[in-house]
Amino acid sequence: MKYILMMNGKKSDFEGYARWSKEALQANVAFMRTFSKELKDAGVFVSTEGLGWPSEAKVVRAGKDGEPITDGVFPESKEFLAGYWIIDVESPDQAYKIAARASQAPGAGGKAANMPIEVRPVLCGHADLGL
Amino acid sequence: MADHPNDAPLEHLLRELAPQVLGAVARRFHDFAAAEDAVQEAMIAAFTQWPREGVPENPRGWLIQVACRRMTDQIRSDIARRDRETTVAAETETLTPLSEIEADMDPDDTLILLFMCCHPALTPSSAIALTLRAVGGLTTAEIANAFLVPEATMAQRISRAKQTIKTSGAPFRLPSSQERTGQLPAVLHVLYLIFSEGYSSSIGSRLQRFDLAREAIRLTRNAKTLLPDNAEIAGLLALMLLTDARRAARTGPDEEIIPLDKQDRSLWDRAEISEGIELLTAALAHGSVGLYQLQAAIAAVHDEAKQAEETDWPQILALYELLKQVSPGPMVTLNHAIAAAMVHGPAKGLELLRTLDSDPRVAGHYRLDAVRAHLLEKTGDHQAAIKHYRIAAARTTSIPERNYLMTQAARLAVD
Repeated sequence: MKYILMMNGKKSDFEGYARWSKEALQANVAFMRTFSKELKDAGVFVSTEGLGWPSEAKVVRAGKDGEPITDGVFPESKEFLAGYWIIDVESPDQAYKIAARASQAPGAGGKAANMPIEVRPVLCGHADLGL
Repeated sequence: MADHPNDAPLEHLLRELAPQVLGAVARRFHDFAAAEDAVQEAMIAAFTQWPREGVPENPRGWLIQVACRRMTDQIRSDIARRDRETTVAAETETLTPLSEIEADMDPDDTLILLFMCCHPALTPSSAIALTLRAVGGLTTAEIANAFLVPEATMAQRISRAKQTIKTSGAPFRLPSSQERTGQLPAVLHVLYLIFSEGYSSSIGSRLQRFDLAREAIRLTRNAKTLLPDNAEIAGLLALMLLTDARRAARTGPDEEIIPLDKQDRSLWDRAEISEGIELLTAALAHGSVGLYQLQAAIAAVHDEAKQAEETDWPQILALYELLKQVSPGPMVTLNHAIAAAMVHGPAKGLELLRTLDSDPRVAGHYRLDAVRAHLLEKTGDHQAAIKHYRIAAARTTSIPERNYLMTQAARLAVD
């Protein structure tokens, strides 16, 4: 079963991240690299992506003739997806364990930030046999 | 050199030969994990060379030789890494003649591999992956594609599975008859999981995905040839055929789920039904009735009804009662509740479902809510039915199931 692990943050979190110290950034990058390798070595890795920052985010709606109408003004409370991993595991508990590991990524102070990781099932295209 | 105008027969040939070749190489080198890698490389070499150069006179011998050469190369480079000075000595080693390797081959090799790949120390997903590669002769890319994960992830899963087997110290030999009895349920379960993964895939994704249901049928058929007296293997094969027979009727043009009672039964595969019933009849005559035979018997009762209304529910109910004794479990209770509702009315079914509410294995599972919604609808309590259809829709991890359940709720909400 596949799960998506999502890191979300407010605009201010991203702005704070941009001001991290060199050491904190290095510790974070090193952790992420190790974490990715752990997922691959365990045979559970499906995909991972990091996203552009909220300053680059636009909300698009179709106008009258279907032309794009963009808006980039968001309330401060809005949470943005920073990045995600998709993993293929045996059980929800295994997904939670891996999410807890991701949550230990070092933060601004260089220590485990215990940031919240949102875990949700990725739906599949098939139905079960019901036996 | 024989001609092979297209790839399909070549793939079939390679898949049939794969476990025989692996058995021979693993036996020769006493190293299942390394032999499995070498055979995979030989298979890939055959895939690229044979279409161009034609299939060799002795395709199995060709694969064995290529795989043995890979093994020898690997051993040499290992030795070289350990001690560069012994390289020269290793170079002088000669390859064992093919005739000698082929003479050592055993028809039970495939069976040994099957038991090895379904080793109880493995998780279901690793056992499935390893079985498909080592016994099924599929490439890592094909298996990765079937499970929609990257090839590197599947390769890693397979390599870890082999490491687990190596660590467990399982020898490359046929388990004793007593060991076989103990381990067979795990083997059958892996084959069943491969089938259900393939069977339940929707039509659209099946176009791009390897047909796992057919592969499971092929592997189970082979297992039945190797253990012809085992009634449960026959029962599992019958169950697969009797279920697969309904495949074309099971989804509509938009890949929507069509439940059993609404299926166009003229689309059911008569040949598969006949074969399944024949296998089942022969298996039941053996006397010891197991869980797969019972499930096959239930599938057969459904398949034999020309219309949904003609379904012999009392017989299905009796079979579920037997199944509950042979192999109790929450999913069996769920299905038993449906059968009981068909015979004794929905209230009886709902009463049986209540016994599952405190069962942690199924309490949060969408199927419990889906079945409850279905039975509540039959009692006429549409509001409660809508509620449970919606809970089930939120809980399922399948898009077609979710669409189906939401449609059921929407249908009742309109009335």
